[in-house]
Amino acid sequence: MKSKNKNILTLISGGLLLAALLNYLAGAGSLALDVLLIIAAVVAGVPIAMKAFQAMRMKAFSIDLLVTIAVIGAMIIGEYTEAAVVTFLFLFGDYLEGRTLRKTRASLKSLMDIAPLEATVLRAGQRVTVPADEVELGDHVIVQPGGRIPVDGKVIAGHSLINEAAITGESFPVNKRKGDQVFSSTISDNGYLEIIAERVGDDTTFAKIIELVEEAQETKAKTQKFMERFAAYYTPGIIVLSVLVWLITQNVHLALTFLVIACPGALVISVPVSIVAGIGNGAKNGILIKGGDKMESLAKVNAVVFDKTGTLTKGKPSVTDIQAFGISKDELLRLAAEVEVASEHHLGKTIVKKAEEGGLDLLNKPTAVEIMKGHGLQAVLASENIYVGNKSGAEKLGIVLAPIMNDYLLQQQEKGYTAVLVTRNKKVIGIISIADRIREEAPSAIQALREQGIKHTVVLTGDNQTVAEKVARQLGIDRVFAELLPEDKVDKVRACKDSGIKLAMVGDGINDAPAIATADVGIAMGGTATDVTMQTADVILMSDKLDKLPYAIQLAKATIRNMKQNTYFALITVALLLAGVLTGNIYLASGMLIHEISVILVILNAVRLVRFPKSQFRFRPIIAWTKRKEAAPVGELAYPGCSA
Amino acid sequence: MKTLRFQLEVLTCPSCINKIEGVLKKEDGVEDAKVLFNSSKVKVEYNEEKTSADKLAALIEQLGYPVLSQKAA
Repeated sequence: MKSKNKNILTLISGGLLLAALLNYLAGAGSLALDVLLIIAAVVAGVPIAMKAFQAMRMKAFSIDLLVTIAVIGAMIIGEYTEAAVVTFLFLFGDYLEGRTLRKTRASLKSLMDIAPLEATVLRAGQRVTVPADEVELGDHVIVQPGGRIPVDGKVIAGHSLINEAAITGESFPVNKRKGDQVFSSTISDNGYLEIIAERVGDDTTFAKIIELVEEAQETKAKTQKFMERFAAYYTPGIIVLSVLVWLITQNVHLALTFLVIACPGALVISVPVSIVAGIGNGAKNGILIKGGDKMESLAKVNAVVFDKTGTLTKGKPSVTDIQAFGISKDELLRLAAEVEVASEHHLGKTIVKKAEEGGLDLLNKPTAVEIMKGHGLQAVLASENIYVGNKSGAEKLGIVLAPIMNDYLLQQQEKGYTAVLVTRNKKVIGIISIADRIREEAPSAIQALREQGIKHTVVLTGDNQTVAEKVARQLGIDRVFAELLPEDKVDKVRACKDSGIKLAMVGDGINDAPAIATADVGIAMGGTATDVTMQTADVILMSDKLDKLPYAIQLAKATIRNMKQNTYFALITVALLLAGVLTGNIYLASGMLIHEISVILVILNAVRLVRFPKSQFRFRPIIAWTKRKEAAPVGELAYPGCSA
Repeated sequence: MKTLRFQLEVLTCPSCINKIEGVLKKEDGVEDAKVLFNSSKVKVEYNEEKTSADKLAALIEQLGYPVLSQKAA
């Protein structure tokens, strides 16, 4: 039955009830009163009985069945008022539940509503408007100022400030120009853009987010699984109990009342509504929490482990100093860059970028490239053996540093720079210093975590000890494990976990994926997170901003609190109802009324989570941040050794 | 093998999940069926040679859940 028709029936039955009440007050004959009540009960009873019948065909126990039995029973013993009121309340409750439930799901709905419907594409020189789903890969898409971008793609012409709130939850506009990546559902604020479609339809980042959130909301919390098992026994249990009550007391009325209050509605719904509202709130704020169980783990976290590069720092390193020994600086940079062309590492890319910026031509192609994991790489270049990497890698190759070079190296590390050695035929020919900046929001985020009761904060990094310690000191992080290979990170995470700490691992890239998977809660940062990271992590901070982390934990705690409130409330209601029935204080109609009210209250409580405010805990960290800023200026930070 | 997503009217009782999933899974040609309760959607994987989208939609409607729209995933 369409819900619209059901609503009409509810309205009619309500009207009939009102008529019956007026009739009663007017003191009219009891026959007319009974007729009105019977019609009311039948009108509202039909949809309930239909649902019950449909469920029975599928051999499913449903609440509708209990109500149907109770109402038929009430009619047989002549309790027409009870029958009419119960059916009406049940339908009306269902209507209200539908309405309020929609509110708990509002966050996700509002996200989905902004999905673009149409796209303007250039085909055969003509502008055509097509449904967003029908844009094809490689299509030339045109976005007008104020328009919503319909696909993921690359800008080929024009520039614009883009509001990426749909993806990241951050409404601060980002400047995009030729060559930049743009995402579906983000809004071009002021400029005209031409884009080549790279991902369309269900493959876009936005569509993936929606799908992830939808799936996440289905993943059941542990508590929820328990409640469902409980409900499975509870419902048939109550039927048996009511039969027993009838057999023992011979009181049909009491037995029927038992049936009606048996509906475990509030109990069954208490956990999922909170979870759904919490996940929805997160999604709207650029935090994807992949399910109720992850929400529970996140709320319990008492230690946070950070990857350094790209997580605590910006991950956009730049060359700060070049020291050459026996050759020119340009020559040194060119050699290093020619080797690093073969590297996918950020550090290598930084060196290549610096060389290109300096107008150096990278002529020689490296051969026999060997990547030394956690150290650097060596290759043959114009029949010379070149190594670019850290000190430990050089030592492994049997390369000796002159004292003066070693002093310079230490000096750079003291400043917090990563010093990269360049050697030719086992002789050190230069040191390139590279620095990465700490994220502006990192100190306040870590302060906020501390205030939330996170006891331990840890940095794991492949970078050297001196540099890592400097970052940790600036941020107030208490433990540092440096000079780690990716697999060492996993071991450290496992060791922490075994010691009974509930830890979250925050990382930004594929190299952190194993550690993210190992942690109690894996958190990935970055709106442009690769598919692998999106799949491995339990929580994704879409906005690539660390300050979302305290928000996420706070939200998880609020959600779990909300869930507990709901569960306790539902349990107490059931207990009170049972007691009321047994002591003869509650009858069919009042039992149903209390039951429906409890369900609505539980949902309304969950709706509070949808509005869970950002401002609630933001202002304190900001104060802490300004204080900290005076004490320790944000310095330049080093970048880890060239691990592959 | 095809995957379809049906959008239903707002689902209010978690017991509908078992009902819809149970019936769909029994249907010949249906490989997997999952109800996304909170988004009121049904995801069905099926063999298009054995059954059709219209048939599946009719099945869901028979259970008392009107299908608002369907979309290939």
